Amino acid sequence: MEAEGRVPGPPPLPPAGGGSGSGSGIGIGAGAELPASPPGAARVPLLGAPAEVLELDDEEDDLEVFSKDTSLAEANSFSPSVTISPSSMINQYKFEDEPELRDLFITVDDPESHITAIETFITYRVITKTSRGEFDSCEYEVRRRYQDFLWLKSKLEEAHPTLIIPPLPEKFIMKGMVERFSDEFIETRRKALHKFLNRIADHPTLTFNEDFKIFLTAQAWELSSHKKQGPGLLSRMGQTVRAVASSVRGGVKNRPEMFTEMNDYMETFSQKINVLDKIAHRIYKEEREYFNEMKEYGPIHTLWSASEEDIADSLKGVASCIDKCCKATEKRMAGLSENLLPILHEYVLYSEILMGVLKRRDHIQSELDSKIDALANKKADKDLFSEEIGKLEDKVECANNALKADWDRWKQNMQCDMRSAFGNMADNNLHYYEECLATWESFLASQTVDRHGEEDSEDRP
Amino acid sequence: MYAIIARAVHFRSRIQGCLSSKGPGGRPALNGLGAPEPASAPARREAAEPLIPMESSEAEPSESRPEEDGAAPCSEPQPPDTMEDCLAKKMEITVSEAEKRTGRNAMNMQETYTAYLIETRAVESQNEGQCSPVDSLWRRYSEFELLRNYLLVTYPHIVVPPLPEKRADFVWHKLSADNMDPDFVERRRIGLENFLLRVASHPVLCQDKIFYSFLTQEGGWKEMVNETGFQLKADSRLKALNATFRVKNPDKRFTELKHYSDELQSVISHLLRVRARVADRLYGVYKVHGNYGRVFSEWSAIEKEMGDGLQSAGHHMDVYAASIDDILEEEEHYADQLKEYLFYAEALRAVCRKHELMQYDLEMAAQDLTSKKQQCEELATGTMRTFSLKGMTSKLFGQETPEQREAKIKVLEEQIQEGEEQLKSKNLEGRDFVKSAWADIERFKEQKNRDLKEALISYAVMQISMCKKGIQVWTNAKECFSKM
Repeated sequence: MEAEGRVPGPPPLPPAGGGSGSGSGIGIGAGAELPASPPGAARVPLLGAPAEVLELDDEEDDLEVFSKDTSLAEANSFSPSVTISPSSMINQYKFEDEPELRDLFITVDDPESHITAIETFITYRVITKTSRGEFDSCEYEVRRRYQDFLWLKSKLEEAHPTLIIPPLPEKFIMKGMVERFSDEFIETRRKALHKFLNRIADHPTLTFNEDFKIFLTAQAWELSSHKKQGPGLLSRMGQTVRAVASSVRGGVKNRPEMFTEMNDYMETFSQKINVLDKIAHRIYKEEREYFNEMKEYGPIHTLWSASEEDIADSLKGVASCIDKCCKATEKRMAGLSENLLPILHEYVLYSEILMGVLKRRDHIQSELDSKIDALANKKADKDLFSEEIGKLEDKVECANNALKADWDRWKQNMQCDMRSAFGNMADNNLHYYEECLATWESFLASQTVDRHGEEDSEDRP
Repeated sequence: MYAIIARAVHFRSRIQGCLSSKGPGGRPALNGLGAPEPASAPARREAAEPLIPMESSEAEPSESRPEEDGAAPCSEPQPPDTMEDCLAKKMEITVSEAEKRTGRNAMNMQETYTAYLIETRAVESQNEGQCSPVDSLWRRYSEFELLRNYLLVTYPHIVVPPLPEKRADFVWHKLSADNMDPDFVERRRIGLENFLLRVASHPVLCQDKIFYSFLTQEGGWKEMVNETGFQLKADSRLKALNATFRVKNPDKRFTELKHYSDELQSVISHLLRVRARVADRLYGVYKVHGNYGRVFSEWSAIEKEMGDGLQSAGHHMDVYAASIDDILEEEEHYADQLKEYLFYAEALRAVCRKHELMQYDLEMAAQDLTSKKQQCEELATGTMRTFSLKGMTSKLFGQETPEQREAKIKVLEEQIQEGEEQLKSKNLEGRDFVKSAWADIERFKEQKNRDLKEALISYAVMQISMCKKGIQVWTNAKECFSKM
């Protein structure tokens, strides 16, 4: 029979028409953005034709970074401040250091809006609890705005050009739809800022940085006066620009093998993490659409039951099952947006940071290399040059060692974070299916009981 | 494929199971009594006729089927069979194949259509290993439509089983709206088989000769149907869905039933529409996970320690993404079950309308008779109780002659006589119709409750299976992730 001979695998999906309703359709458009992988490279696709898999659109590039779904955002931003105990802070983020060894606990909360003549901005409360000797007090509370975090980050980069400074949440979202001060945006940013500070606190070197300490402890006026010292932001930006430029100009001649490997790794990692980020967002979006449809699906059965007699109970049972599954879907989505999405996004940012770190290292090395070249050409001022070169050689060696150590640490953290994030996602899905299973099984049991009940009553005269 | 075969099998066994009059609901089905034999119903119910089990060891002409003794859905002990005359008991009927054909239509233009192979085989009772030959013939959808129209006109008091949809409706993006799409054709094949089985198991319809010829006589069937002249009998008013008749005394039950059928139609189509959208979204969720598979695999190439975990997790993501296809295919068959009752609602409404029409004609005839009687009386007594133009003009322009009046009275009296007889027979017809139609409606109600309840249960079973698959995949994936 012809139907039996049919090959599983429908014809390629047509570009999304009006039916799906959402702008970014399910299309086979975006081959360009996905890295070309030779067919045999990783593994053979085990099931189905590639056409079965929904490709990601070009439009995903512009997809807003955090999905705007205010109905599902937990604890909206302007919630009253909650004193967070150290132990719960430990549980929030898994760090490689033993929890008992931590002596610095930081929380970021309580966003507040400030309106002045020139601008409106948000400040966040930063609470620090510590037992370290170098801190005068064991508890501090300050308010900081996003600009202050930016300042801190650039100071850290300046002091440690080849260390991996944790990512800050983006300045603002490009795609117009998300309001700069929407509750959800603020909450997401708050969480990311919290993570930023805690990652620094956990870093063996950065945690002792002086600017970091000032950031955590100084009152507002102290901080602004401190900021005014030292080279301005522009000069620091210039550094990175020069670094980028020099590496663009053709790479570094004597780059050690290890860093070339790192570079190659980061290029691929960066690609992959970006795609994963898009996939996760796309899944969230599809789940949300599914949730929206399910909300309508259950009540129809209840409506139907109103015109029936015999099957009214069965219909109501189905309606209730569908509603419960609907709620379970909501939970699943919340889990995704609380865990997986923020972590994937953080590592998207990390991949950019790491590329920058590698370039800065290259730049430092190229300074050395060019001095050596200059020495080779000019025989004069040999001694002066040798001294400079000696210093530069030290600088390069320092930079390389710092990066190597930090790289190893970063990789370990990344592995840990990914394991937990994806493990958590799997858990979420497991719970979802377990909940739905229980619901439907109990419905089925009730129906079978009814059946047997009816038969019994029929047999009785 | 397995899901489709299983579904077809389930349909069949469901219907066959309900031939034994005790369905899962435990209530004996009232057999369609047909107009002439109301009194014999109780007697029939007591008739003892052993069930005829089908031998599953017999060679099957097409895909495997379970016992067709109704054991599948109804596992309780069977009471005496009361439908021994039913065709479906004596004959195995399947629509086993579908084939694309090209031919020339009535306007000599080339057209493509699908033909369906109907196979029939007489059932041998109590003989083991005896295999009767299979008869087969090809029919196309339009012939099924012709058959159904014939049945509708010939048995207006019966809720005639519906045909599967002519065009694909309630599609979501993966389903094709194309009539030539193999999935659509396959589901239609099952629907047509279901239609034939429903007719064959209907106590009245199964005895129809045209139906029997449809199944067994390849050539000349169309001519045979047309020769019955059923098209002439068809009341065009029945087709005018929106026309209302001012009926003064309809049977209240039919009015209620009409409302019910409207509600049923509206709620089922709403349900099907939303279900299609839900299916679409579910498809999206599953399929996007497939992307994880590919990316994990590519990522694993650059990782040393994480590589294995990623790779194997990716495999499970692929499994997850692929699993939705079978799940949704099975759900389409659930949707088809609901669709059948969506279309049944129309058949119900047709019966109600027929009643309305008959009642309307009856009331009109009674009204006409009354007015004629009045006219007669006026002419006879010379009084004019009601205003009539004729009366006025004759008053104004002079009376008519006594001979003329006599002639008129005589004509009227004849008409009155005729009218009274007609009225009597119409009344009788009407009462018979109500009785037999209501009997079939009761039968239909039981069938509907059984079928829908089972459909809902099967839906729950499908959901459970989907959840179990999900649990398995994500448990495996979780383990892989933990090894990263």
